[in-house]
Amino acid sequence: MTNHPLKVIVAVKRVIDYNVKVRVKADRSDVDLSNTKMSMNPFCEIAVEEAVRLKEAGLVGEIVVVSIGPKSCQEQIRSALALGADRGLQVECDTPVSPLDVANILHKIQQEENADIFLLGKQSIDADNNQTGQMLAALLDFPQATCASRVKIEHNKAIVTREVDGGLLTVEMSLPAVITTDLRLNEPRFAALPKIMQAKRKPLAVKTLADLAIELTTDIELISVDSPTQRQAGVILSSVDELMSTLRNDPNVQMPKHDKEA
Amino acid sequence: MKTLIIAEHNQHDLKADTLVTLGAAQQLGQPIDVFIAGHDIGQLGQDAASVGGIDQVLTWDHEALAMSFSETLAPVIANLRSQYSHILLASSSFGKDLAPRIAALCGVNAVSDVIDIISANQYKRPIYAGNAIATVQNNAACQVLTIRTSAFSAPSHEPAASPAHIQALSIELPDMSVRFVEQTLSESSRPELNSADIIVSGGRAVGSEANFSLIYDFADKLGAAVGASRAAVDAGYIGNDLQVGQTGKVVAPSVYIAIGISGAIQHLAGMKDSKVIVAINNDPEAPIFSVADYGLVADLFEAVPAMTAHL
Ligand SMILES: Cc1cc2nc3c(=O)[nH]c(=O)nc-3n(C[C@H](O)[C@H](O)[C@H](O)COP(=O)(O)OP(=O)(O)OC[C@H]3O[C@@H](n4cnc5c(N)ncnc54)[C@H](O)[C@@H]3O)c2cc1C
Repeated sequence: MTNHPLKVIVAVKRVIDYNVKVRVKADRSDVDLSNTKMSMNPFCEIAVEEAVRLKEAGLVGEIVVVSIGPKSCQEQIRSALALGADRGLQVECDTPVSPLDVANILHKIQQEENADIFLLGKQSIDADNNQTGQMLAALLDFPQATCASRVKIEHNKAIVTREVDGGLLTVEMSLPAVITTDLRLNEPRFAALPKIMQAKRKPLAVKTLADLAIELTTDIELISVDSPTQRQAGVILSSVDELMSTLRNDPNVQMPKHDKEA
Repeated sequence: MKTLIIAEHNQHDLKADTLVTLGAAQQLGQPIDVFIAGHDIGQLGQDAASVGGIDQVLTWDHEALAMSFSETLAPVIANLRSQYSHILLASSSFGKDLAPRIAALCGVNAVSDVIDIISANQYKRPIYAGNAIATVQNNAACQVLTIRTSAFSAPSHEPAASPAHIQALSIELPDMSVRFVEQTLSESSRPELNSADIIVSGGRAVGSEANFSLIYDFADKLGAAVGASRAAVDAGYIGNDLQVGQTGKVVAPSVYIAIGISGAIQHLAGMKDSKVIVAINNDPEAPIFSVADYGLVADLFEAVPAMTAHL
């Protein structure tokens, strides 16, 4: 067994709700998020859920949830607290942050917190970068297991099954370590109303970038944002026969030679 | 300056993704080196040296590298950064795991999922599940990029007239904090998703693992690869490595046939650049029809066997 209760830091991001299709601004400067429903990034939700399950299993003593963003991201911190995290930390920042910024900030936070496990989503569904967890692991010189679909903690080790191109890969890492979550790790619970009420009383600290002595990176500049080329809806065919003969006659389609046609 | 490609292989052959990454790297118009780490990779190094279009092959051969972990590779690659303006990897699970770790050690951000190389420092990449395309400029001295292979092709030119120089690196192995436990790779005689010409994908409506035989039979007659929606994978009908979408594989075959798939934005993100899209769904309002070139409103359990019988 582990000799001390483990501390987990979960980082969560406020993003466009996964059900909402994003619009591009007319001046092509960025996407338009005004009046858009925002939620916790689904992969971050899975990370919170996993941390809570580890705590319920008696393997984790404390869950700290961190979000970086404007005041509105406290909403997502409160959601994580309602799901079972113990305390929150908002790092106040009104401008967009890059994956390396987030990794730098979490690296700084670790110097005070000394967590045993970082649980992060594998990607956020807005920028789709899939970088932050790996960067944090590099800065901390921790082992990393990305795209986790199963996590087991025992004897101060994490045994993680990862979703990889060819199937599944299981690795064992010594703690401290960084784990990023994939979709099939768990199904996040809904917070019950009493828990939502309790979450309002859980501690939520606020720090600024200056408190952490962080300077944001500037290496990647956003030049413009465009809508992708739209596909035209095609034709609805009336039968299997019609569909198959249409496919055979489409020059873009190489159907295998078939023996029944005369 | 030069470009460095981090090769991916199965100890015997370079992966197709690496050759496509080479195709993308050539657009940068500067000499290209390839880095290969593994165990007993002498032959692999020679094969790479004769691919053509490669200046130098760097090999790091060590028995402990039979399974290469990002923790081991990233510091070694980051140490090479002064010689390279660009470090390229495929956006595969290997590349996505490793590239950010290299970038952070170089003190830079990476550009993920490049779909277009506009110039030596401007790229296009999809964001928001492909519902927007960002053009970004990378001002880093050493740029780390991952290449979305469905948007590029392998170089078409002749193999090298004389093989590229092979340089064997001798590097001490650091302590490894990660240990391999096991690997479950799906074995399949069907074409691979990311190189298949035709893909047949099944969704939640297929209903069970056993029912997926309908999809397999149809795909086999077509010589197609098989894919799936997240709902079908979550339900255990089919393996996770066959999920197509924002968080699965991104594919662009000549023909993509979606069967019993509604067409959620996360699924479309993985297949909407296919040349021809065919959808079979019993709901005429299913969003998949809005991107399909050819649609059939039908019960898949009748339509799919009938289509198979046509072949
Ligand atoms: C963060 C995140 C990431 C995601 N990533 C992915 C991803 O990478 N890939 C992915 O696919 N999804 C992904 N999803 C899930 C996605 O939102 C959808 O839930 C999923 O794609 C739905 O799968 P489906 O179309 O098979 O199922 P459903 O949406 O349930 O659709 C089933 C369809 O089958 C039709 N149907 C029913 N019976 C029949 C019949 N007898 N014959 C013919 N048609 C029939 C129905 O009309 C319906 O359209 C993600 C979701 C989130 C939140």
